[in-house]
Amino acid sequence: MEEKIGFYLNGKKTEILTDPSQTLLSVLRNQLGLTGTKFGCGTGFCGACTVLIDNEPVRSCTVPVSDASGKRVITIEGLSKNGKLHPLQQAFVDHDAFQCGYCTPGMIMTALGLLLKNPSPTREQIIEGLDENLCRCGAHVRIIDAVLEAGTKMRGGK
Amino acid sequence: MKNTNIDNSKNTGSAGIKRRSFVKLFGGGILFIFNPFAGLDLFSSPAEQGRTLTKDYNAFLRIASDGTVTCYTGKIEMGQGIITSLPQMMADELDVPLNKIKMVMGDTDLCPYDAGTWGSLSTQVFGPAMRAAAAEAKAVLTEMASTRLKVPADRLQVKDGVVSDIKNPSVRVSYGQLAQGRKLEKYLDVKPQVEDYTKFVYTTKPLKRHDAVEKVTGKAKYAGDLRLPGMVFARILRPPSHGAKLESVDVSGAEQVKGTQVVRDGDFIAVLNENQERASEAIVKIKAEYSFNELKVNDKTLFDRMVGADSRSSVVRTSGDLEAGFRESDRIFESEFRDPYVAHAPIETHTALASYDGDKVTVWAATQTPFGLQDGIVRELGLPLEKVRVITPYVGGGFGGKNAFQQGIEAAKLAILSRKPVMVVWTREEEFFYDNFHPAGVIRVRSGIDKNGLIKLWDYNIYYSGTRGSETIYDVPHVRATSYSQNMNAVQIHPFSTGPWRAPNNNTNTFARESQIDIMASAAGIDPLEFRLRNLKDEKMIECLKAVADKFGYTPSKTPGGRGIGIACGHDANTWVAAIAEVRVDKSTGRVQVLRVACSQDMGLCVNPQGALLQMEGCITMGLGYALTEEIQFEGGVIKNKNFDTYEIPRFSWVPKIECVILDRKDKPPTGGGEPAIILIGALLANAIHDATGARMYQMPFTRKRVLEALKKV
Ligand code: FES
Ligand code: FES
Repeated sequence: MEEKIGFYLNGKKTEILTDPSQTLLSVLRNQLGLTGTKFGCGTGFCGACTVLIDNEPVRSCTVPVSDASGKRVITIEGLSKNGKLHPLQQAFVDHDAFQCGYCTPGMIMTALGLLLKNPSPTREQIIEGLDENLCRCGAHVRIIDAVLEAGTKMRGGK
Repeated sequence: MKNTNIDNSKNTGSAGIKRRSFVKLFGGGILFIFNPFAGLDLFSSPAEQGRTLTKDYNAFLRIASDGTVTCYTGKIEMGQGIITSLPQMMADELDVPLNKIKMVMGDTDLCPYDAGTWGSLSTQVFGPAMRAAAAEAKAVLTEMASTRLKVPADRLQVKDGVVSDIKNPSVRVSYGQLAQGRKLEKYLDVKPQVEDYTKFVYTTKPLKRHDAVEKVTGKAKYAGDLRLPGMVFARILRPPSHGAKLESVDVSGAEQVKGTQVVRDGDFIAVLNENQERASEAIVKIKAEYSFNELKVNDKTLFDRMVGADSRSSVVRTSGDLEAGFRESDRIFESEFRDPYVAHAPIETHTALASYDGDKVTVWAATQTPFGLQDGIVRELGLPLEKVRVITPYVGGGFGGKNAFQQGIEAAKLAILSRKPVMVVWTREEEFFYDNFHPAGVIRVRSGIDKNGLIKLWDYNIYYSGTRGSETIYDVPHVRATSYSQNMNAVQIHPFSTGPWRAPNNNTNTFARESQIDIMASAAGIDPLEFRLRNLKDEKMIECLKAVADKFGYTPSKTPGGRGIGIACGHDANTWVAAIAEVRVDKSTGRVQVLRVACSQDMGLCVNPQGALLQMEGCITMGLGYALTEEIQFEGGVIKNKNFDTYEIPRFSWVPKIECVILDRKDKPPTGGGEPAIILIGALLANAIHDATGARMYQMPFTRKRVLEALKKV
């Protein structure tokens, strides 16, 4: 049942032997050791497991790993470069945009997908884009501010 | 403050355990032992049930010979920010570089006993007290340096962990050198006085969060992120309903799933597999039959059952006499308010990893009570206390739900049975099923006002939801509050376990009281703010109301005035709060959109305004859920909500514009900030909905369906 599956993970060519029907979430966390992507509901309702596949935000708990075959997968671990935080990460830090931090990787990845598609979203567009991501601690207001600021920074090319 | 060297033989620790010689445990250095909560009279309110903290010493500070300062506390980090504020305070106060400070939290082997972590306390109170302890420790170290260097203490200065003579800086000794070859325990008697808090104002500069970079990069480790060699994932066979009993079971299907081991201990059956998804595959292959002996009750019949039950009743407070209250009243109002079971629903489900070496079990758990879990394992698995270690990594939200620790016991049990490291990650469905819900309840109020709109009568009856926050708060001459609770000889009322939920019980009580106040104000044709002020003597409450009216730009009006503006106020954990909201109600769909919430809070000296604002916003946002959608639906022992599709929690699109004011009280000790604002949201929105439409909401949450029904009655 196991198959060889290859994709670009955070920019690196990666090949694994795995049951292709396993969820991408399981493979990332249990086989590839990338535990930054979180489990929250397992059914696509919370967004904690969001990663990018070819720049599209995807709920990794709902897709088989075979869906990623040959594609570019980006997880939260792939955002900072040489120890420098990605503008979104920096904005989350600057705005205190989390409390427990458990929803944070999924929020950041969803926001990144949004900004890649729409580099200058309005407040309303951010709300719409993140509306399917749940945060129980109530960090919403700060998350919106952080994404707005990150958008500005990214447009400035910083 | 005084320092005493303590003879260890005289000390017994909390929970009847003989206090260990900690220095032995830590292998030398200087250990400061203290109780950051001593002297803080935070728990005097009778409504603070279940919140008693250990009176024992419960924090350590260790100076090692390499100069490292380690702070050990049984508290855990779940978003309230102590992992950030403490090291900074310590570094400042002890005068050591920040990178020399280490935090060890929620590890039962290394940390002193702690009853549990409750959000409100930690940031506001724990921090400054720890700071006082650090200052005290510095004084002791300076004393020691003075003896060693033969220089009077007032001529010494400390910089970066080095004590030196001001006149001759080459005469110096570092903290590390002082600790070398020492095995010293010092007990600090830390009692920060009220006046002392003013010296903590410098903490009001915003603190950079210590855990922030780890959390935004995915490096922060929660229990489910830990891995051990040979680790297996467990799934546990669950009954279909609370109260169901396993009659027969066939596990052969599960055994056929590759790599699966079935573990059984009586009715406790689990499958283990190195592959997490195979474990899930295997568990559903188990065929089990159950017998049912459930309570005949559901989320609709529950409330009548509560009111009609054979309950134990106790009068919680009384003043004046109700008969006189009736006579003095011009109009009497009777209402019944209802509140359902509500889930904690942290995004991280209950998770634990356990490993057993044949002698000792170690459990890494998402828990708010590491010591409670340790005791639980001792109780349920019969291990001696010293053979159980609980370690707490980052916790992905608790809100009271992770005071329960069943998953940790399950993991420990499975590790012992299988002799493998076992990871238990509850599914979302398990999380809803086994939650210790916020208790449902009914409040019946009879109240009366005279011709001048003064409240004369307040007869308040609480059924099964608890008394915290049931104070009348208004100046009423004739009051009685009665609580009806489980009669041990009668049938069980709550069909499943209940427990503290952010600001336990107070959400229900504030909903009832502040709605009833609004009902009376409206009937009397008096503006609801004016009505409150007329009936209040409590200065703090009055100040809070005025502050929030100011912030909101409130203009008086009778209700319903069609504006959609609501007011509520109350107090919790010795913090006073008031809020004004504006909502829009879609009369065709029943949808309530909250546009604005202004909130004021008197929490004594605010140690960390940034943190306090974060908590207030969090409370208001989270409160939208219990007010608008959150409700456990059940039939007998079956919990119908299995995931976030049927149990809706607040989303970005619900969040209003939030404006907060924190009243400046530099002369008052800090009080809790993690919970108070949440108590208001139910009444706040109910009153705003009434103002918008004339419909009165008597049952939370205010779902579209309930709003539509209430609109029909207008
Ligand atoms: S875990 Fe994937 S959406 Fe919740
Ligand atoms: S920060 Fe805790 S769930 Fe969002």
